Amino acid sequence: MLKSKTFVKKTRSGGVRKIVREHYLRDDIWCGSEVCQSCPQDSTVLQRNAYMESSLCSSPHYLIPDTNVVLHQIDILEDPLIRNVIILQTVLQEVRHRSAPVYKRIKDAIHNAEKHFYTFTNEHHRETYVEQEQGESAAELHDRTIRVAAQWYTEHLKKAQTAEDLKVILLTHDGKCKEKAEEIGLVSYNCEEYIKSLIANPELVDRLALKSEENNESDRGKILFPEHLPLSKIQAGIKSGRLLQGTFRANRDNYLEASVFVHRDGEEDVEVLIQGLRSLNRAVHQDVVAVELLPKSEWAAPSSVVLEDEGPKEDENEDEKENILKSVASEKMLKPTGRVVGIIKRNWRPYCGMLSKSHIKEATKHLFTPADRRIPRIRIETRQASALEGQRIIVAIDGWPKNSRYPNGHFVRNLGSAGDKGTETEVLLLEHDVPHQAFSQAVLGFLPKMPWSITEEDMKNREDLRHLHVCSVDPPGCTDIDDALHCKDLENGNLEVGVHIADVSHFIRPGNALDQESASRGTTVYLCERRIDMVPELLSSNLCSLRSNVERLAFSCIWEVNHNAEIVKTRFTKSVINSKASLTYAEAQMRIDDASMNDEITKSLRGLNRLAKILKKKRIENGALTLSSPEVRFHIDSETHDPIDMQTKELKDTNSMVEEFMLLANISVAQKIYEEFPEFALLRKHPAPPPSNYDILVKAAKSKSFELRTDSAKALADSLDAARAQGFPYFNTLLRILATRCMMQAVYFCSGMDSDFHHYGLASPIYTHFTSPIRRYADIIVHRLLAAAIGADSTYPDLMDKHKQAALSNNLNYRHKMAQYAQRASVAFHTQLFFKSRGILNEEGFILFVKKNAIVILIPKYGLEGRVFFENKDKNNPRLTFIEEIPALTVEHHTFHLFDKVKVTISLDSSNIQHQKIRMSLVEPVIPGVSVSPQSAQDCEPEAKKTKLDC
Amino acid sequence: NMAGLELLSDQGYRLDGRKPSELRKVQARMGVFAQGDGSAYIEQGNTKALAVVYGPHEVRGSRGKALHDRAVINCQFSMATFSTAERKRRPHGDRKSSEVSQHLKQTFEAAILTQLYPRSQIDIYVKILQSDGGNYSASVNAATLAVIDAGIPLRDYVCACSAGFVEDTPLADLCHAEEAGGGTVLSLALLPQGGQIALLQMDARLHQDHLDTLMEAAMTACRSLSTVLDRVVREHLQEVTTLTAE
Ligand SMILES: [Zn+2]
Repeated sequence: MLKSKTFVKKTRSGGVRKIVREHYLRDDIWCGSEVCQSCPQDSTVLQRNAYMESSLCSSPHYLIPDTNVVLHQIDILEDPLIRNVIILQTVLQEVRHRSAPVYKRIKDAIHNAEKHFYTFTNEHHRETYVEQEQGESAAELHDRTIRVAAQWYTEHLKKAQTAEDLKVILLTHDGKCKEKAEEIGLVSYNCEEYIKSLIANPELVDRLALKSEENNESDRGKILFPEHLPLSKIQAGIKSGRLLQGTFRANRDNYLEASVFVHRDGEEDVEVLIQGLRSLNRAVHQDVVAVELLPKSEWAAPSSVVLEDEGPKEDENEDEKENILKSVASEKMLKPTGRVVGIIKRNWRPYCGMLSKSHIKEATKHLFTPADRRIPRIRIETRQASALEGQRIIVAIDGWPKNSRYPNGHFVRNLGSAGDKGTETEVLLLEHDVPHQAFSQAVLGFLPKMPWSITEEDMKNREDLRHLHVCSVDPPGCTDIDDALHCKDLENGNLEVGVHIADVSHFIRPGNALDQESASRGTTVYLCERRIDMVPELLSSNLCSLRSNVERLAFSCIWEVNHNAEIVKTRFTKSVINSKASLTYAEAQMRIDDASMNDEITKSLRGLNRLAKILKKKRIENGALTLSSPEVRFHIDSETHDPIDMQTKELKDTNSMVEEFMLLANISVAQKIYEEFPEFALLRKHPAPPPSNYDILVKAAKSKSFELRTDSAKALADSLDAARAQGFPYFNTLLRILATRCMMQAVYFCSGMDSDFHHYGLASPIYTHFTSPIRRYADIIVHRLLAAAIGADSTYPDLMDKHKQAALSNNLNYRHKMAQYAQRASVAFHTQLFFKSRGILNEEGFILFVKKNAIVILIPKYGLEGRVFFENKDKNNPRLTFIEEIPALTVEHHTFHLFDKVKVTISLDSSNIQHQKIRMSLVEPVIPGVSVSPQSAQDCEPEAKKTKLDC
Repeated sequence: NMAGLELLSDQGYRLDGRKPSELRKVQARMGVFAQGDGSAYIEQGNTKALAVVYGPHEVRGSRGKALHDRAVINCQFSMATFSTAERKRRPHGDRKSSEVSQHLKQTFEAAILTQLYPRSQIDIYVKILQSDGGNYSASVNAATLAVIDAGIPLRDYVCACSAGFVEDTPLADLCHAEEAGGGTVLSLALLPQGGQIALLQMDARLHQDHLDTLMEAAMTACRSLSTVLDRVVREHLQEVTTLTAE
């Protein structure tokens, strides 16, 4: 049976286009229920015994949620208790359209066999298809379609079942829809009343999202905020130029201030300052908002005040606080200032934080304080407040009515006790948006079946390199081995060198759930004691890991080089290898140094090591930078998992041996894929920093009378080499650490969307990532491009679409940045644990930066960096003189310069459990009234407060 | 809406409710046009095509075009101005149309027993009245019926169908939204009895490994189409016979 469906679609130019689409109705879509005897279905999803103890419905029942219930109560639907749910195609499509994250979550639930969620393709079922009636709106049609499907199920199951009294319950938020459902004899509840009826599981109630804004508005309180403009008015306003669209960024230190970053094509970007609660108008960090600029006479200057929202005193006059913002500022400091008039897109996510329990004993409403200071407090309703005290919890925002000082939200999940290692790790993963859930069944479904072996099919387009003496060299304990190497003499006197990389793209095929999940994760994240894999463990630690003495699929880059490490020939091939040894850097070094060893592997390593040294020398001559940053490693106690010692990373020759060949492979592959796909190559670039970035570095060198040249990477590298101060061996390292801070971030990009490819740090005209496909998604794309280039695999549409690739690059850049932040946060947390167990320590350090009111100190022993502040808002401050040109800061009678040696005490400040921090106080030089004595550090708590560090 | 269209649901249904290998509904009539020696009209879903055949007749225009051992096939493909949803460009005589004309010519040179008509010409005109994907395929299918209507002997019905991938699943007989979905579209014209391929055409690169799967899907679809066309021809013959008998 056939229906034609007509759509009216707006085209990009604003015109209207009619689309006629065919719509087939079928007789072979089944109900999916175990009890049914009339549908000839092969398998069923919905259980016979769908029993839930509910005071509203005593018989077993299936739930049919409407679209809004799925969108807003996904936390409830995800709960393991909720099973046997019918998800209508109509609902699923609309959810897909409205919210990508919720869509992903509901799909995961559908794929989870234990949930018994069944998708019913109602719009193609002959008996549940609904045609739009005259005068019926799209929303009305949508609701009616859902009711018709629910009615069909009700009647179908009544007919189909034997003895049981199985019911179908329609869950809706909409009172009118519920009424209409009851008119046609359906059982319908709103989600709240149903969840509250589940007598056996009262804890589910806390996870309910609060009712929509309108329901709350009438019942209490005066209006605090101006109304938001509707979207149509916003669009008109933006078109006419009266309103600006931008991303709202809350100020971390001042809850009454924010800025909106406005990007306009072809015009300069503007940052609009927003001050005061009414102007902030319920926008939350990261929302896309519409702002209206205030007249120039009302423009303000960003305040330097630190203001923390102190909590639940609702009656307090906020205006007074807002007055603090209006400091007298010179005209020059004034910034375009505006107010938020509407929300274009909310970018709310679930937030980590802690409950501030209400002081009223019986209260069920409490304020939640997010860990991220840029997020406002959230009011939630819970009956387990006492149990949640001291716990890190997750809360989602449901809405922000205009009569409420704080947004309303609901409790989602308890992460565990604050300060606990597992809990804090979870928090930092969530706060850095690192996807770290267990891989879903849908994803795992695309893994190869075990036991796995290489088949004849796999050997097509693949070279057999099992005979080669390949080995891998990695840090100790490495289980995801991406790369392996070999080197052998050729008959013509040249050498053959091979870099063999795990053939991950053989296992992860474009577009499937496994691929999508890896692409979304973008990178494996390494925390101090945990690794969050980009691909499931079966691949990362087993099938793709190039372990010794097993056959593994690889992608090989093989060069013929002469003894001057000059490339004579390059070729690429998919291969199968059998690594002869998995070595640590130290083991490899030992073999190279031990003259008594002369086996094939050792000879191969020596050849590689010799070539690597030549390669490195050449690279540095070309102007590649070797910068250092103190990388901290923790020794973790194997029993308690507490950090027992910190160590800055030590590099061996063999580290750089492997690195050299990885760089070479990456460059060779970059050239090849760019040559073959000039529009679609995924490359990596590292822009040269703007000259002003180097100011601080040049000044630092000048302090010891060295001249640094920054006009090119080569000049910088050479002058850095020359800057070695007598009797101050750490000086050069400090300069290099500082130089690292001057650099730009390296980024992925699509060659067809950019013209500047240069990699500044490596001094290479072109570069990409090929060598770590187990832990970086970019490398998987590069593998696919290279495979297509050599005819070993096929292309697919997204690979040959530069816009899609640019979007992918953006996500990868974002994920890498967040992974880096998460890693730093993890180091910071473990540093705190370390100092917690050590008590107060006295350490030597160097001044890395001199600021207006503080010095930044690096403790080389721990690679730890911290700030000593000389200003405190409620105390008598010492006399400070700052000279930016040098830079130098005089505190009373002592002047601090860059790289001065100081002594500090280090301790842990846990006064705010959500924001524990390492605190540093000055011990030497002694400045009366400012510095502390090392012994008394513990006693002079108030004194130490002014010299603290944000780690 | 950034999400785009979901071409194949997890439940295995396409946008319009078909399963991956199902064809769109086909409706066809022969002898719909008084002029010309043969004609046919076909609807494959929302794609509607009209084909008219003239000939065989003497070669028109320059005599040099004539072939001494077989007939010249002349094909002209065009799109009605109202045939597409977007009405911005003139669909007449553009590059795409002459490309399809060329493909039709190749297809029917392979299917018509041209050696029976040396030094003559057969004209096939096809117009797409409404377009919703598979223009070439609908044209071939309409033209086959029109050629049969004109009484010109064919080696076999020539049937055409398109196919494309959504991830690893091949879809048969693509509608416009599916063609526009970004994947490689393959069009194949088949002489089903002998299994010869009259024309194979793709609009983008496709790896060899995927080609077999996609060709298989298109060929299966062509075979099902040929049964439909066969039925149309038989019904038409019956109608004509009844008419003449009266
Ligand atoms: Zn049934």
